[in-house]
Amino acid sequence: MPKVLMKGNEVIAEAAIHAGCKNFFGYPITPQSELVAYMANRLPEIDGLFLQAESEVAAINMVYGAASAGVRVMTSSSSPGFSLKQEGVSYLAGAELPAVIVNIGRGGPGLGNIQPAQSDYFQVTKGGGHGDYYTPVLAPSTLQEIVELTKLAFDLADEYRTPVVLLGDGMLGQMMEPVEFTEEDMKVLPEKKWATTGTRGDGAPKVISSLELNDVNLENHNHTLQSKYEVIKQREVRFDTYRADDAEYMVVAYGTVSRIAKSAIDEARENGIKIGMIRPITLWPFPEKPFEEYRDKVKAFLSVEMSAGQMVEDVRLAVNGKAPVEFFGRTGGVIPNHSEVLEAIKSLAGGGQ
Amino acid sequence: MKVVFQKTSGLQDKETHYCPGCTHGIIHRLVGETLEELDVLEDTIGVASVGCSVLSYEYFNCDMTQAAHGRAPAVATGVKRVLPKNRIVFTYQGDGDLASIGMGEIIHAAARGEHITVIFVNNATYGMTGGQMAPTTLVGQKTSTTPKGRDESVQGAPIRVSEMLATLDSVHYIERVSTHDVANIIKAKKAIKKAFSYQKEGAGFTFVEVLSTCPTNWGLDPEESLKYVKDKMVAYYPLGVLKDRGGDN
Repeated sequence: MPKVLMKGNEVIAEAAIHAGCKNFFGYPITPQSELVAYMANRLPEIDGLFLQAESEVAAINMVYGAASAGVRVMTSSSSPGFSLKQEGVSYLAGAELPAVIVNIGRGGPGLGNIQPAQSDYFQVTKGGGHGDYYTPVLAPSTLQEIVELTKLAFDLADEYRTPVVLLGDGMLGQMMEPVEFTEEDMKVLPEKKWATTGTRGDGAPKVISSLELNDVNLENHNHTLQSKYEVIKQREVRFDTYRADDAEYMVVAYGTVSRIAKSAIDEARENGIKIGMIRPITLWPFPEKPFEEYRDKVKAFLSVEMSAGQMVEDVRLAVNGKAPVEFFGRTGGVIPNHSEVLEAIKSLAGGGQ
Repeated sequence: MKVVFQKTSGLQDKETHYCPGCTHGIIHRLVGETLEELDVLEDTIGVASVGCSVLSYEYFNCDMTQAAHGRAPAVATGVKRVLPKNRIVFTYQGDGDLASIGMGEIIHAAARGEHITVIFVNNATYGMTGGQMAPTTLVGQKTSTTPKGRDESVQGAPIRVSEMLATLDSVHYIERVSTHDVANIIKAKKAIKKAFSYQKEGAGFTFVEVLSTCPTNWGLDPEESLKYVKDKMVAYYPLGVLKDRGGDN
């Protein structure tokens, strides 16, 4: 297929449709509203379902209903709206329902602003809602990668019966880049025999529920969930590296800010600083392997984020005291420019050369 | 031998957890009988709510999904909209769930004219959590959070949900019924059957409010509870059809 120039939010929508998602429940919030509007136009063309909910809370619960009926379904929001969806995400996790939830992050806390931010990292990677659960979190850094990861999000959701978060930010949502939608074969996944679609001669009624009043039974259910999360950790970790092979210093960055870091790394290399980057693509499960590989080789790590320092905690856990871990970040919707990231790299490398 | 009575196939053959004198069991039976009589059990997906009826998915003999507190109409919207049109979707919600935390979801499901049936069981209290004030608690009614009785100057007056929803243009059918005596239970059955029949025909949003008892939290015995519904609740929540786009009213 030829490349088309599209906005990030629209790419997510079109990629979801290519992934076989014909059901979307939305609610407006900047900077993700184009996704909702795109779905409102496109889904009726393919006999899909677009419905604007009365709130983010209602939207995620409509997702719960649609997921329990066994269809691919998505909703999207931005930080404050994502907070509102967290109750529903916890129910989806507890009831083991597959769904994709998009968070195009913006500055916070509270109403914050509408500029890009990565300050929802804690929320999306540590469960976010109540109870012991995790959701796989995919963090694209380009619009082409959005195409790939949106498809993956639906496949992971269905394979593991779990909600999956696609995490971007206002920059990725609003920017335009040429993208290509490849017609891949659909992954063969287990039939959703658990779905509540009416028994229709299939025997005993099916129940979708996250309630279990017996404590031992609920603990057993939690063990099942935790075992599933272990499998996801074993199989589904994704990351990328950049100029890492001979690196003496290592930047860690994901999403939008990893692109800025690349420019800064190239310039630092021109200044004689041997620096590379680890770019987590799955934020949960966090890629620990590359840190195990590089933590004895490099002199220091630098986590660069559009937050006050959130992923840096996972970086420290992965580095496990084997090397210093520094942090550079901008918050409140401020996008770091490559020269200040370069300064942070120079400072890490002892003032530069 | 002639069979003179048998249990409805609309309910599973289980003992329920409901308290003695509570009318949830009667209302379950009316819904179960309706689903059986309309021959839609295999096409039905029920949505259980949070509260005393949280375990209703254990009792109805059809596919069931359990929703978060108050969100059943949103969940039912998702289920109904993605499945083939011949599926029957209903929610079974109490007044704490529907009229308080879930007020947004019920209003908008009604406003959209979702093709679902809502069974709204109003016993003027939060039963499961131990008898706290609900939006439907009567003025003067004592609850664990209104120990001196609901005071209109402090908590406002109870909400008449059916009347409020009846103002919405896309609502198809709303009726309020009661379970305080046999004659009214028969009327309740007719209303529930009418609601589900409308849904089966493809008509819009249908809603039956059923006045119910809570002897445990009201501190009354079962007989006194029925009398309380008859004398006090019906006086504030008048019975009858509030909207019927398909009928003569």
